Amino acid sequence: MGRKILLVTTDQQRYDTLGCNGGSVASTPVVDALAAEGIRFERAHPQSVVCMPSRSTILTGQHPSTHGVWMNGVPLPLDAPSVAELLHTSGYRTALVGKAHFEPFLDPFFRFPENALATSGPLAPGAVHRGFEHLELATHGAIGPLHYAQWMMAEHPEALGGFYPALDGTLQVNAAGGGDTGAPQVKVNPVERGIYHTDWVADRTIGWLDSLGDDEDWFCWMSFPDPHHPWDPPESEVGRIDWREVPLPGGYPEGRAEREAILDAKPRHWRLWYDGTLVSNYEAPADWVPATLTADQIREVTARNAVECELIDEALGRVLARTAERGWADDLDVVFTTDHGELQGDFGLLFKGPYHVDALMRLPLVWRPAPSAAAAPAVVRRPVGLVDLAPTFCAIAGIDAPEWMEGRSLPVDDDDATARGFERVLTEWDSELFGTDVHLRTITRDHWVCTTYQPGTSHDGTEGELYDLDDDPLQRVNRWDDPALRPVRDDLVADLWDHQPAARRPRLVLEAPV
Amino acid sequence: MTARRGSVRHDIQLSCTPETVWALVGDPARVHEWFTGIVSCTVEGDLRTVVTRSGLPMPERLLTVDPVLRRIQYRITAPMFTEHLGTLDVHTLADGTSLVVYSTDAEPAPLALVIGGAARASLANLPAALGLVGAAEGHDPKGAR
Repeated sequence: MGRKILLVTTDQQRYDTLGCNGGSVASTPVVDALAAEGIRFERAHPQSVVCMPSRSTILTGQHPSTHGVWMNGVPLPLDAPSVAELLHTSGYRTALVGKAHFEPFLDPFFRFPENALATSGPLAPGAVHRGFEHLELATHGAIGPLHYAQWMMAEHPEALGGFYPALDGTLQVNAAGGGDTGAPQVKVNPVERGIYHTDWVADRTIGWLDSLGDDEDWFCWMSFPDPHHPWDPPESEVGRIDWREVPLPGGYPEGRAEREAILDAKPRHWRLWYDGTLVSNYEAPADWVPATLTADQIREVTARNAVECELIDEALGRVLARTAERGWADDLDVVFTTDHGELQGDFGLLFKGPYHVDALMRLPLVWRPAPSAAAAPAVVRRPVGLVDLAPTFCAIAGIDAPEWMEGRSLPVDDDDATARGFERVLTEWDSELFGTDVHLRTITRDHWVCTTYQPGTSHDGTEGELYDLDDDPLQRVNRWDDPALRPVRDDLVADLWDHQPAARRPRLVLEAPV
Repeated sequence: MTARRGSVRHDIQLSCTPETVWALVGDPARVHEWFTGIVSCTVEGDLRTVVTRSGLPMPERLLTVDPVLRRIQYRITAPMFTEHLGTLDVHTLADGTSLVVYSTDAEPAPLALVIGGAARASLANLPAALGLVGAAEGHDPKGAR
């Protein structure tokens, strides 16, 4: 009997939403305890700051340039490599419960298998999809073809109207406001907590675990759709946190002039989006102008986001309790992370997009190795990436990581990280949508975050961003054009291109908005 | 500002004559034989209704079926579309083979990507639907651009 693996992902969760990372709004005792017993990473970055590319990196252990999912709406090929497939063929039972999003959601033709799974029934015995023998899928709402929505429509149709419609009537990301402050993507949702998707994901995970034999090894990816917008947690839970008492984030410059001066010192698409004159991607409401965001709206969004983080923490606690009841506690590795962050008020912005700063790139990552492995608790400050998760699962399972994986098994402490050369982490962005394109390549190394821009709609290819994380942890001062730092910048850019994987050819095709 | 209306274009080269391609794609009643995710269709006059694999009926109006130009155009008239125009052209290449171009224009813009993405996959399916599998383009689902 080997070690079991529980991969817990959330969607669009900031580093600072966990108590163990210094967060003070949400109470997250379950993840905090895992961090205290295990390894907490202080500089874990995604290889893309949007869902589909980032999730594809988790599954494949490859950068977006290699797996080819360069933007939301580009499906991961069905024959893409998968760590779940490796584990399955090595004797692991495998499941994915919750949000997958390796394939586009907007799919009336059911061209993509994930969208048809709920109506076509369970996979045939012995069959797998991307290495998973069991999939029960959900996303951010209660309408659509996925398992959670189908269950809600069949069992709780009266609750459907309580959820915020993530898309509007024109299939754009909805800009409608709600709650007390009129913040976008906020809605009072009277749904019972027990049937909200967070608890459903935990329930269905427990259901699958209960189907396993005591001696079986398993890999379960439990993938919560929250705290990604919309922020419509069960109304019964919203009172946990009074948004009026929520402090504004350090990354939010309260003075408008200061805020706009900071934006003006960044490449121009930052300010263009803030003013509502350029929406460069599909990940934020097209009809929402960030300059209208108020301090109270940030507080309310933060409070609701924190409620969702608490519900996830409690749901994870239930799953861990069940694994303990099954006698698996000593042999269970738990990895907790997310696919990317959320701007959540930083620089006066919400949601996400081509903005490579800590709000979107610094992720919560906790690895609690199986107690039987007797790993010492540690904090890792060296940079790691989600690209390192798949090789980590291989190492846990005692499988050699295949050559197609581009990451390495996560370090167990900083000495291990140093010895194995964890020096840099790369993040990339490409978007092309109806005549607007943006292309970024970023390296995080030492105490620098350096982003170089390639030619696009708003950029001529000379722009960049350079931040000193030691002196400027909020990334307010763009030092790209600082002559004194030109050698640093040149070295970082050269290092970036030395390590940036070549782009997949032919390039995969954008097939849907998301 | 964001685009309200989207325009998407895909194409594929096929190693057969335009007449062969047109015999399939130029017949509005045969769209379910090659368009990925359409399971059936009915045609009455210039009205066509296709049913997608998800069970969604999609009403359409045929605008152009020109066997000389080898062009077919149609509009999806479902309420979610403010506007839609689908245009499929079969061109003759210098060596006598075919270039098929499928353009999708739609408002709201996201629907152009949804329909256009399915159209691209359907172009990639044409070699198989035309019995050309074994020819170079039949092996590569990314043959459509």
